Amino acid sequence: MADQELETKIKTEEYFVNMGPQHPAAHGVLRLLLTIDGEIIKNVEPDLGYIHRSIEKMCERDSYQQIVHLTDRMDYLSSNINNEAVCLAVEKALEIEVSDRVKVIRTIISELTRIASHCLWWGVMGMDLGALTTYFYAFRDREYINDIFEETCGARLTMNYNAPGGLMFDIHPNFVKRTKDFIKHFKTKIPEYDRLVTGNVIFQKRTKGVGVLTKEDAISYGVTGPVARGSGLSSDVRKLHPYSAYDRVDFKEALLTAGDTFARYEVRIMELWESISIIEQLIDNIPEGEIKATTKAVIKLPKGEYYQRVEAARGELGVYINSTGTKNPYRVKFRSPGFSNLSVLNHITKGSKIADLVATMASFDFVIPDIDR
Amino acid sequence: MSYFSDIYNGVKSLITGMKVTGGYFIHARKGAITQQYPDNRETLKMFDRFRGEVVMPHDENNQHRCTGCQSCEIACPNGSIEIIWDRAIDPETGKKKKKIDKHIYHLSMCTMCGLCIEACPTDAIVWAQNYENSVYDRSYLTKTLNQPGSTVQAGVED
Repeated sequence: MADQELETKIKTEEYFVNMGPQHPAAHGVLRLLLTIDGEIIKNVEPDLGYIHRSIEKMCERDSYQQIVHLTDRMDYLSSNINNEAVCLAVEKALEIEVSDRVKVIRTIISELTRIASHCLWWGVMGMDLGALTTYFYAFRDREYINDIFEETCGARLTMNYNAPGGLMFDIHPNFVKRTKDFIKHFKTKIPEYDRLVTGNVIFQKRTKGVGVLTKEDAISYGVTGPVARGSGLSSDVRKLHPYSAYDRVDFKEALLTAGDTFARYEVRIMELWESISIIEQLIDNIPEGEIKATTKAVIKLPKGEYYQRVEAARGELGVYINSTGTKNPYRVKFRSPGFSNLSVLNHITKGSKIADLVATMASFDFVIPDIDR
Repeated sequence: MSYFSDIYNGVKSLITGMKVTGGYFIHARKGAITQQYPDNRETLKMFDRFRGEVVMPHDENNQHRCTGCQSCEIACPNGSIEIIWDRAIDPETGKKKKKIDKHIYHLSMCTMCGLCIEACPTDAIVWAQNYENSVYDRSYLTKTLNQPGSTVQAGVED
């Protein structure tokens, strides 16, 4: 009785707070316009455009070889997967069949990229929830992968290793040995990740039952990747529409049904194991073959529309190319996973606390250059 | 009852996590990959393929391999390479021949994509492995790759 009286007497009102664009927990320059009532979130409105570089428009200016290096800068954590997507789309249009060697190398490097991306996500997720140590452990392991990339491709992040028709050059002689060393090292580290974070009682209290996304909502909002798989929606492009060498390896699609932040966390940890298993199956027998199919110096795609989808670290990446038969594309459109995943944020965080929004965002693993392009 | 089991499980999970961090605390150098960067400049060796900046190697006679075909200029996605060329009369044949005057490279615009080096038919430009590219003024990043008075190596254009 007394409480109710008090509640009616205290006048509360909704107010408005900016979270970002330079907020440490906002993963880059994402501005969230929060309407809050005390600590309860009433509405979340993402405001985009702070890192828009008009990559799609720049693609219309460039030749097909030059487009590839721009896609490095979209989702910079899965740069090789983006490169692969563009190259696959161009190869599809030209009806080029790349050699087995190219397919296998592309798959191995894409999976290494995925591990590196999930490593970074794991470190940042811990940091968002207040554990700084995870960041250093994850970056230590990611360093091994970056060294592999640097030795083979020449760059650590924006690799630009793929080219339409194959790869720019062959793998480094040390590549196989270094990758095996990394796998051996990393297999001992994932259980350490589990001991440190997954089993931690504070972490579980912060994530279990927080930001629940149902399967129906995941379908209707077009959510893909680990976020959708945490809600039980089978959406792995590698499994459903195999490309490169994914049809010749045996792996399980990580699927959980809980749909909360903890399920999304566990899906990514499971994907780390799957990626390791894929690399192990391929690394020992990389077939011989030519490294680049012969293409014309000036690539002209036949008139028409071409679409290729791949599984990037955050979900499905689609590349749409509309060609009029000239050396530049008429229109290029990227269906980036981050943009669709962001659209569901308001729906699942309404009514929760601000701290839960941070935890949910951490589990979505946003890369803002991927959303804005 | 669940109150006490919660406390027990909480303490247990904390100790499990502390064991991991404590293990690293005791064996601080085990598996450490930290590099003492500014102090290890002498020993720090970059990988052969590392993309630092584009350079044009010259031999001892101040000769390079660039014929001025402009393949790199066309391949570059953002106009980092500019070639100013001229036609010179070949003393042997008497015909006019294309030669580069200046091979200008804007490091400030370069995205290190490597397309120019892939496109070069005579391997005239290669990657250098230097990584300390910061300067006080942007104009220092515009470089002329061919040395003054340099000429083309004999036999490159055949």
